[in-house]
Amino acid sequence: MSDEFFEVEDLYMYYRTRIGPVKAVDGVSFSINRGETLALIGESGCGKSSLAKSLIRLLPRNVEIFKGHIYLDGEDLMKMSESQFRKNIQWQRISMVAQAALNSLNPVIKVGEQVAEPLIIHKEVDKKTALERAREVFSLVGIPEAFIDRYPFELSGGMRQRTIIAMALIMNPEIIILDEPTSALDVLTQANIMNLLKKIRNESNISFILITHDVGLSSELADKVAVMYAGQIVELGDAENFYSSPLHPYSQKLMASVPTLRRDKTPEYIPGAPLSLINPPKSCRFADRCPFKMEICSKEPPVVSLEKGRFVRCWLHAK
Amino acid sequence: MMSGETLLSLIDLRKWYRIKRGLFGRIEYIRAVDGVSFTLNKGEAVSLVGESGSGKTTLGRTILGLEKPTSGKIIFEGKDLTELDSKTMSWYRRETGFVQQDPFGALPPFMTIMRILEEPMIINKIEKKERRERIYKALEEVRLTPVEDYLKKYPHMLSGGQQQRVVIARAIILNPKLIIADEPVSMLDASVRIEILTLLRELQKKHDLGIIYITHDLSTTRYFSEWIYVMYAGKIIEKARTQEMLKNPSHPYTKALLQAIPDPDAKNRFIFREIPPGEPPSLINPPKGCRFHPRCVFAIKGLCDRKEPPEINIEKDHLVSCWLYADSNK
Repeated sequence: MSDEFFEVEDLYMYYRTRIGPVKAVDGVSFSINRGETLALIGESGCGKSSLAKSLIRLLPRNVEIFKGHIYLDGEDLMKMSESQFRKNIQWQRISMVAQAALNSLNPVIKVGEQVAEPLIIHKEVDKKTALERAREVFSLVGIPEAFIDRYPFELSGGMRQRTIIAMALIMNPEIIILDEPTSALDVLTQANIMNLLKKIRNESNISFILITHDVGLSSELADKVAVMYAGQIVELGDAENFYSSPLHPYSQKLMASVPTLRRDKTPEYIPGAPLSLINPPKSCRFADRCPFKMEICSKEPPVVSLEKGRFVRCWLHAK
Repeated sequence: MMSGETLLSLIDLRKWYRIKRGLFGRIEYIRAVDGVSFTLNKGEAVSLVGESGSGKTTLGRTILGLEKPTSGKIIFEGKDLTELDSKTMSWYRRETGFVQQDPFGALPPFMTIMRILEEPMIINKIEKKERRERIYKALEEVRLTPVEDYLKKYPHMLSGGQQQRVVIARAIILNPKLIIADEPVSMLDASVRIEILTLLRELQKKHDLGIIYITHDLSTTRYFSEWIYVMYAGKIIEKARTQEMLKNPSHPYTKALLQAIPDPDAKNRFIFREIPPGEPPSLINPPKGCRFHPRCVFAIKGLCDRKEPPEINIEKDHLVSCWLYADSNK
């Protein structure tokens, strides 16, 4: 099944600040098939959340540049006006579970009503039908039906996270962006939520874009992995290839930094700090921290295409 | 059960918080720490693992003397801290260091790094010349070098990892024997985490420190501690040497915790993990008997829900509080 229904091409998003533009998303391209999950991994500040916000167009006010192409079923979403996008795409075909969403529920509205709300607003469904649909989604995400009349404070962290996922699901979107969906949760609750996401994936044809800094967690869902560094994707490939043999030196370092429970290896750390996105150099952005640095690395590395849709942005792999 | 010189021992330590509920002020207790006993040797690190609400942070704070224990004993270098006067207490405070979870919150924003590190030494009346020497030494040890670059800076000018280094420098500046690190890396980036934990480990070896590393992340314990103690609902339910615990987890709760953590592997996406149903219990009315029994698939009816399980020695240096390992099940 090769149906690349979602394609991002040369996407740029810069923020304006007093000391110059922050190049948070700096020429990002990738594509996903229907029903496929892409994991986007990287350290904080590498631009992964900015990329998520660009995809669903929840942009901050100080955007300087926002350009490129985002194709959904062949249609370029970037050509849509703000109101068209909001009316037809946002939350309806592309939805999102935002980071720290646990605290984003309205404390004075019953959770059932909050979950049903997008239907009432976007689809002009009457409240009764909307609540009926909310009940269906609740059972899909494993929340007991009685909880529909409760307030957020009466729910545990795991249940609240399920509510947020229910909210993202209610419009039957084709893509859900999950931005660190479990980072505030306990180990067992996290595993429970991952089980739930696997179940949703198995039972529907939904595509996830999972954003996380936790490499182990990313492998719970990823069919494809994209590694982001300083605003760019430095490696993209199938999960099978990526987790067993990452190619980019940064991916390798990132993988080596993961403490493992079952394999006996001492985790290493990556020396140095990620560079500022305000004025990134023309050279390879990882060069200063890279153990394989060569002379040619002072030039911008090409995106090298390898077998089976694998891409690496590195001189080491350039022929 | 341990060899070596004992630094700290806890005997049946309890910390209950009194709360009033309802119109007539019915008095109830939150049993955050409910009967914890263990010993920590000089120069050893123990990981205290548990989910949020298991009481691990309260235990850490009680050991530090920031909370007064409700009952039980804390014995540090042979001195009973529960009966101490303010003089011994200030001695004890010098002997212990604290590394908190949120480095930025732990550092006063209006003080320079120099001043932050000087503060505990001023309180302990250390001379000016020595203060300077110690600050340099501490910053070198946490590798914030060249030291001059950092002295005049304020916390907000540093990255999260650097802030945590300052917190560690402050914790070791009085040459303590015990460090309590409460989730020291959970707010940091994955690659910085390893860096900070490696640093703590080096300092531990170098200064023969005892470390209590409080965490919810089992995967990091493997490299940074000699022992793992697993806490659930105010009690320690399993104690073992690190390798033994990871190889042979015995309490059903420990097993579930280990099973829940993924190592990077492309096969993970096809498997569902076995997770015990439900949530950790309320600490106001914890379940009778074994506190894990309502979620436990192996629970023995009439036993696990009635009687509290004893601590059973199943292997050398491996204790587990679970009826499944009792010989007679009685």
